Amino acid sequence: METFHALIVGGGGTGAAVAHDLALRGLKVTLLERHEVTAGTTGRHHGLLHSGARYAVNDQESAIECIEENMTLRRIAPGSFEENDGLFVAINDEDVEYSHAFLEGCAECGIPTQRLTREQALRLEPNLNPDTILAVRIPDATMDAMRLPLRFFATAKQNGATIRPFHEVIGVVKQGNTVTGVRAIDHARGKEYEIGADIIINAAGPWSGQIADMAGVEVPIRPSPGVMVALQGRLCNMVINRMTRSGDGDIIVPQRNLSVIGTSSWVVEDPDALGLPEDHIQLMYDEGAKMIPLVNETPFRAAWSAARPLIGPRQADADSGRALSRTFKCFDHSDEGVEGFVTITGGKATTLRGMAEAAADVVVGKLGIDAPCRTKEVVLLPFEAYYA
Amino acid sequence: MAQKELQFKLFRYNEGDEAPRYETYPVTVDENTTVLIALMHIRRDQDPSLMLRHSCHHASCGTCAMVINGQEQLACVVRAMELGTETVLVEPLRNIPVVSDLVVDMVNFYGRLNPADRPYIRQSEFLAESATPDGIELYTRFENCIECGACVSACPIMGTDENYYGPAALAAAWRVVEEPRGRDPQDALDWVDNEKGCWRCHVAYECTEVCPTGVDPGGKIMSLRGELTRQKFRNLFDFGRR
Repeated sequence: METFHALIVGGGGTGAAVAHDLALRGLKVTLLERHEVTAGTTGRHHGLLHSGARYAVNDQESAIECIEENMTLRRIAPGSFEENDGLFVAINDEDVEYSHAFLEGCAECGIPTQRLTREQALRLEPNLNPDTILAVRIPDATMDAMRLPLRFFATAKQNGATIRPFHEVIGVVKQGNTVTGVRAIDHARGKEYEIGADIIINAAGPWSGQIADMAGVEVPIRPSPGVMVALQGRLCNMVINRMTRSGDGDIIVPQRNLSVIGTSSWVVEDPDALGLPEDHIQLMYDEGAKMIPLVNETPFRAAWSAARPLIGPRQADADSGRALSRTFKCFDHSDEGVEGFVTITGGKATTLRGMAEAAADVVVGKLGIDAPCRTKEVVLLPFEAYYA
Repeated sequence: MAQKELQFKLFRYNEGDEAPRYETYPVTVDENTTVLIALMHIRRDQDPSLMLRHSCHHASCGTCAMVINGQEQLACVVRAMELGTETVLVEPLRNIPVVSDLVVDMVNFYGRLNPADRPYIRQSEFLAESATPDGIELYTRFENCIECGACVSACPIMGTDENYYGPAALAAAWRVVEEPRGRDPQDALDWVDNEKGCWRCHVAYECTEVCPTGVDPGGKIMSLRGELTRQKFRNLFDFGRR
């Protein structure tokens, strides 16, 4: 059988999982990333392995994706998670009112819940706001945002994939309406080169609109940054979520010896110019302290912005990304008259494997190969294997 | 917010270059601008060929450790203005091979660290303050060491003895002794009980000085020595009794 060459643009979690999936299906895989791997959005997320509960009321498609992938990742990446579960805490009457829809939504999406009284919640997490009225426990977990994707990269490499960090794509090569390769710069050697492929997969996250422009196709991506604040010290062991509709500063994620408060949301045109609005940092403190008052007395460690790759109209009239779905989408651009080019974008860190499966299904379909997905079964190598 | 122009003097090197060179770039920073953000702005606005590693931007991944004004630090949590110098000198980690510019090759680092068979998950210290919850036997969390390489860069022995395991690996070995989580800690003690292991350290404590997450590798090396010494005394007395 002919071996097809798939070229992936973007070395974040999505690219890592696509490389792993396609390598398992027997394709020759090359991945180009302009920075170090996971240097864009992937490495900068708050480290939550979503239970899906956050989306159980308003975005059930995302919620179901999250709980399914949550369980799958625990199986294929054992040892990669702080498996301490999460709480949704209600601290006022409005929160309590929301908890009814929340519990119903979780049940509809297959997300297991356990209702806790104030006393039970405070026994689990003594730093919670003493005004907590009730809490619901859900299977959230915490991950190392870089080291989970490294396990996909490592396993892809073992299966023959070539991962090239610091190789920046600067143009797309086309023959007629078919994309046949890319032009790239190898920054370590300062050399420009061209590389051909049977299919190109655009997995550049918030930058996927820029890569699509090079190919002359439209990807309706909206780079939507959020601000996060890391505090020095562990305020909780479970992931603490506010029992409310998705909003600013609605989550505190413990990670190593840090507590990360996230996040805000706005929309930018250029994912390389995010900025770090001062008022958003203050908002993280203010909202975070409503769940855990000690937030205001804990030493500051870092504040940063990361851009979500949300799917929506490119020239949007709304100024916040909240209403956009967190689900992912795979675009086969043949409907725009361009062949040999696929985009996988949107989604979240928790759904990286599922995104890759969707993209790889489209890829093998286009190439006419019969090769089923195997990533639900294959246990990933440890992350250290990436550096072997 | 106050703004100021600083000069960033950067170590530059590409594969095949005869020698590294330094280049200086002006960047306007404010009070929140970290060295990492300044370097990313240089890459975006002035020189797209600049290479550096970064990922989490909050001292959790360990990729952006570099030598800033002569001291190993995580570029993501150092605010440029707080350094107090008009020129900020940025160089790659020492004692780890340079790939290009500020990027070092971590393969050897992990080659030294992996034999320690370090735990990746530890019991959470928050346990002391809360009762054991239903269904969660013990809270767990990731280890403090973020494998950034700062300790290896700062260690005066690492540059002169390529066989030395180094502070990161020895600190990891002590974690196995401290919290075995099902392993036999004697394996870790035997592994470090030689001239490549904990007895090679000169007790300079540079590693502990630069560690960005408070792992205290120097203290851990002394703990290994203490435990091994206690074992040797115990063996001596057991022998005397027979």
